[in-house]
Amino acid sequence: MCGTCGCGEDNSIRISKPGKENKLHHHHNNHNHTHDGNEHSHDHSHQHYHDHSHSNDHLSETSEHAHDHHEHHHDHSHKTEIQLELDILQKNNLLAERNKGYFEAKNIIALNMVSSPGSGKTCILERTIKHLSKDIKLSIIEGDQQTMNDANRIESAGAPVVQINTGSGCHLDADMINKAVKELEPENNSILIIENVGNLICPSMFKLGESKRIVIISITEGEDKPIKYPDMFRSSDICIINKTDLAPYLDINIEKIKEYALHVNHHLKFFEMSAKTGEGMDEWYEWLKKLNI
Amino acid sequence: MHELSIAMNIVEIANEEAEKANVTLVREIDLEVGTLSGVVIEALEFAMDEAVKNSVLQNAKIKIRKVSAKAKCLKCSTEFPVEDYYTPCPECNNFETELINGKELKIKSLVIDK
Ligand SMILES: Nc1nc2c(ncn2[C@@H]2O[C@H](COP(=O)(O)OP(=O)(O)OP(=O)(O)O)[C@@H](O)[C@H]2O)c(=O)[nH]1
Ligand SMILES: [Mg+2]
Ligand SMILES: [Zn+2]
Ligand SMILES: [Zn+2]
Repeated sequence: MCGTCGCGEDNSIRISKPGKENKLHHHHNNHNHTHDGNEHSHDHSHQHYHDHSHSNDHLSETSEHAHDHHEHHHDHSHKTEIQLELDILQKNNLLAERNKGYFEAKNIIALNMVSSPGSGKTCILERTIKHLSKDIKLSIIEGDQQTMNDANRIESAGAPVVQINTGSGCHLDADMINKAVKELEPENNSILIIENVGNLICPSMFKLGESKRIVIISITEGEDKPIKYPDMFRSSDICIINKTDLAPYLDINIEKIKEYALHVNHHLKFFEMSAKTGEGMDEWYEWLKKLNI
Repeated sequence: MHELSIAMNIVEIANEEAEKANVTLVREIDLEVGTLSGVVIEALEFAMDEAVKNSVLQNAKIKIRKVSAKAKCLKCSTEFPVEDYYTPCPECNNFETELINGKELKIKSLVIDK
């Protein structure tokens, strides 16, 4: 499987534009993989997990986890400790910084939209494109595990778009954005909106080089979502509360959602809207216009 | 399953470091994972089992040190242990706090034979 995205080998990353779906981009090829040069066989299943002895005690502070069936003791050799103090996500972070530099140089504001599946991200984008494309140059990167559906919707709405299909991968990463941006070629002085894979957990760890992260919650999801999935709310700058048109039919208190969200992240700025009726979206449009100056 | 991506990142870094040190196997790797890092230690261990295969870490002992999260109140500067982002300050009940530990996701060191 791929180290960057955790996707299966036969389930590779695809980057494509609507109408050019055959344009494959095997993400793994251009990638410096750990197992480069090694035969990497995938026919062993996870069953082996049960075969080795885990000496870790999950209650203790340090868990050790030895692969006993491989261990050899070379008592004659000298041990050397290499101090590293390296951030495990440094590769992604560095690439994200590189993307960020590229965006800044071209005066492109990049926004990373994250949410649970179905919160209304694509609907918000469709309406925003229709309403703003005369004032602002907008382009979109769509992230989904499968299908071109969202990219096709964006194209019909009238914005340039590139679709990333992550296969079994559960988040976008900076490398995928780097490649997608090369396909998309967003204009200078524009806004690039990235719709991440619908998933409230994994995308929070992977910076893409965005200037702002936007978490979307629809009011059908329950008031306590922000404290159930705090990482996403913690790492975002903006919170859109969508589907407000449904409020009369639901027993939900929007103020309560905000209160929970602020407990997790007191810097959050909110927009309340209905992407279905357009209600409440003017404030969002104004905010985007200001970003674009 | 982002733990798998994390595990593959660990293996990638270990491979590079081993290459720099001119060894083909790593004896031990020490990791530090904060309780609010977004990584579940058990899931990471499971993912590491798969990720280390045919890598310099294939025989390595993998040590994971859990770092307990700690926050600091932005009003009264009290430091206190937390298990989440929304525990108010035990002294003044303020919700505006700053994490000082718990986000760690690090490779501390490698042990090689040399
Ligand atoms: N009532 C109501 N329905 C909405 C609103 N916004 C989106 N929807 C509906 O919610 C469903 C999901 O909308 P999408 O825009 O596809 O959601 P998404 O977040 O892009 O979904 P994924 O990309 O699959 O994660 C669709 O049936 C939309 O019509 C809204 O403001 N009000
Ligand atoms: Mg969508
Ligand atoms: Zn994941
Ligand atoms: Zn306090």
